[in-house]
Amino acid sequence: MIAFILRRLLQSIAVLLAVGLVAFSLFRYVGDPINAMVGQDTTMEQREELRTKLGLNDPAPIQFLRFLSNAARGNFGLSYRTSEPVGRLIVERMPATLELSFCAALFALFVGVPMGVYTGLYPKHWSSRLLQAVSLIGISLPTFLIGILLILVFAVYLHWLPSFGRGQTVQIGWWTTNFLTISGLKALILPSITLGLFQLTLLMRLVRSEMLEVMRTDYIKFARARGLTNRAINFGHALKNTLVPVITVTGLQLGALIAFAIVTETVFAWPGVGQLFIQSVQFSDIPVMAAYLLLIGLLFVLINLTVDLLYFAVDPRLRSQTGGPRMAGH
Amino acid sequence: MTFNLRQSVALAAIACAGFGMTSLAEAKTFKWANSGDVSSMDPYARQETFLLTFNSNIYDPLIRRDKNLKLEPALATKWGQTDPTTWFFDIRPGVKFHDGSPLTADDVVFSLNRANGPGSNMQSNFVSVKEIKKDGDMRVVVTTKYPDPLLADKWAALGMMSKAWAEKNNAQNSADMTKNEENFATRNAMGTGPFMLKERRAGEKTILVPNPNWWDKPEHNLTEVIFAPVANPATRIAALKAGDIDMTYEVPPADTETLKKDANIKVMEGPETRVVYLGMDQERPELLESNVKGKNPFKDKNVREAIHRSIDVDAIKRTVMRGQSFPTNLMVAPGINGYMKDLDKRPALLKPEEAKKMLADAGYPNGFEVGMDCPNDRYVNDEKICQAVVAMLAKIGVKVTLKAQTRNLYFAKILRKNDLSPGETSFYMLGWSPAQTYDVHNVFEALIQTPNKATKKGQFNAGGYSNPKLDALADKMEQETDKAKRDAEIAEATKLYVDDFAYIPLHQQALVWAARKNIDLVQPADNSFPLRFVNVK
Repeated sequence: MIAFILRRLLQSIAVLLAVGLVAFSLFRYVGDPINAMVGQDTTMEQREELRTKLGLNDPAPIQFLRFLSNAARGNFGLSYRTSEPVGRLIVERMPATLELSFCAALFALFVGVPMGVYTGLYPKHWSSRLLQAVSLIGISLPTFLIGILLILVFAVYLHWLPSFGRGQTVQIGWWTTNFLTISGLKALILPSITLGLFQLTLLMRLVRSEMLEVMRTDYIKFARARGLTNRAINFGHALKNTLVPVITVTGLQLGALIAFAIVTETVFAWPGVGQLFIQSVQFSDIPVMAAYLLLIGLLFVLINLTVDLLYFAVDPRLRSQTGGPRMAGH
Repeated sequence: MTFNLRQSVALAAIACAGFGMTSLAEAKTFKWANSGDVSSMDPYARQETFLLTFNSNIYDPLIRRDKNLKLEPALATKWGQTDPTTWFFDIRPGVKFHDGSPLTADDVVFSLNRANGPGSNMQSNFVSVKEIKKDGDMRVVVTTKYPDPLLADKWAALGMMSKAWAEKNNAQNSADMTKNEENFATRNAMGTGPFMLKERRAGEKTILVPNPNWWDKPEHNLTEVIFAPVANPATRIAALKAGDIDMTYEVPPADTETLKKDANIKVMEGPETRVVYLGMDQERPELLESNVKGKNPFKDKNVREAIHRSIDVDAIKRTVMRGQSFPTNLMVAPGINGYMKDLDKRPALLKPEEAKKMLADAGYPNGFEVGMDCPNDRYVNDEKICQAVVAMLAKIGVKVTLKAQTRNLYFAKILRKNDLSPGETSFYMLGWSPAQTYDVHNVFEALIQTPNKATKKGQFNAGGYSNPKLDALADKMEQETDKAKRDAEIAEATKLYVDDFAYIPLHQQALVWAARKNIDLVQPADNSFPLRFVNVK
């Protein structure tokens, strides 16, 4: 088991190194940050001096190594755009993204699962068919369009919710939270729906098909024969047995929510790491892009590791194959 | 006693009126948005219009620009030259920084040296400066290496910072990009300006409040200003319509018409001081991307004229720009010192046959092929303008291959190299505004004079146009202190580049701002947005 985790971690490091190297060799294609950093009247000599000072003339592998050796000491450099330390920029933006992703996941879970149960129990009912059809829209409309439509309806016409931003936030240590003010909570609603809609559809369809499957099994029939209430059968027995894949998918999708909140954050001017990344790309802000890409790489590596460990726990065959004396058979 | 109905109504009316009065005198919060954030609170962090003008709400300059971009006294009550190479600035007495400490000559000397120091991006304002020192507590004396009549104009953008505050917080210099240290002045501010920084959340919002002890009489009635960056244009427009913001700085051309139809919103359009123009490589003996070998067609003035007179800027205004451009034939815009109104007339358009004949006479009976470079995210509709030019030139037999790309790649490709050797382009688009001096000399020096490594002239003359007569005139006007003589030199030099068809000026793009109907504001042509003129009704 420990050998398995260690091997996995080593592989993860290799993956991160590869991500970093690819990122650095791609940065030359996002353009020259110097032109964005200096004013139009800056002389060519001053531009070149700055370029040399920042090490932008060095080949990509050397820039990458320098970045690595600095990063290992916790030094991610200063943002070319705002001259602030990159580590601090990202840490400051992280709570906004995490809270948004968390709310979107909750929304997907608490709306998607009941919808899935309902459509699974009554597959032929007209309202199930309607939910199915509507969920198709959720999966086929692009995020930015859904976001703009929601803003149009709830902010421009109805004036119920704010059109952008985080509203009032409360600072607790280094963490800023939306959860403690009315305006903060209101600001969360539209972006969470926008971000969670796709996951909601996914969960609903997953739960539905699992429910259909489970409802056909013998133990449900026996439960009915025993005269249990519908409620006990549907939620106590059927839903419980569908939850294993649902939990796995939700966990995996949480990573995707954090990494792909970029579009939602841009539409709602949500001050999270996704928006930071977009601004950095436009500016060729290499230190921020590098740190962000590695962070997201790390996130996915960790998620995959967790999933592997989960499989390890779930699947006894995997356990017997690693570490044990039967390894010799390979 | 009992109230009768009439008395009750009257009381209610008084109560309402009273309530209305207090709410009028109370919060006048002004919320506005722009596509990007101010990158720093440090007034010298970047020579960029948005940063400079945003921070000028907090940091007063020595001399500021009024609504019509004319200079007027700010922190300096009097300034001038005692001899051709000596300037003096008399500091306004009784001015206080936001922390209550008084402004003295020490702060001014410190600020000017900081703006010329390491980490600052304002150093190009100090090329002529030899020494800055104080003369008593309320006067600063500047000696220059050579006569520099534009020194005061250049410094109109420089905010004055508290010396004691900067030293206390270890922010004597602007942020050093090679270190991993936060600079205090990046997020905090200490000036004498009409507004004080209350809260700074980079990338989210910046809150300003009025300075109750400002030295000047406020023309605004604001009690709070909230600025938020909103990158997505559709969200910005929706927020304006919803009333979540009162004003947006950059309106996409496509949204202008719909906004005009909204009864709660007014759209303000005015010409910007930046001129968008096309340039041609007149330097290389052979063009980089062309089928003409052994010679460079752009070196021939007649070819340049044929191309110039085949580009219909009015059609570009009508179609591509949706009316939001101001066609021009000069490299500077109205509002800039040295703009020659009577020379700003585009020569008549040529019919395609006439242009083809001119090209044939010049030795290109079948036209020629050339590559063109264009940014696609720098100026309003930049790529579409280039596409229109490609179509117009196709009619006269000049086959243009367009390469449009993002600005950071584009500028790296077309601008001259460190040693001032030409960039990799044959035909390109640029925009320029003499944002430092608001004077035409900057345009001559940067764009039109012959590139010269020793004198640092012509750094952005990407096409390498060269006219020794014009070079001499531009050098003269740089140090000419007699206004009449200087104007004559400007007129002569302007005529030279116009007659040479050195560049193809296209237009000034329109500044388009939108605000709620209850907002009064001033829109200066340099695309600055001074909060000190904003009123909420």
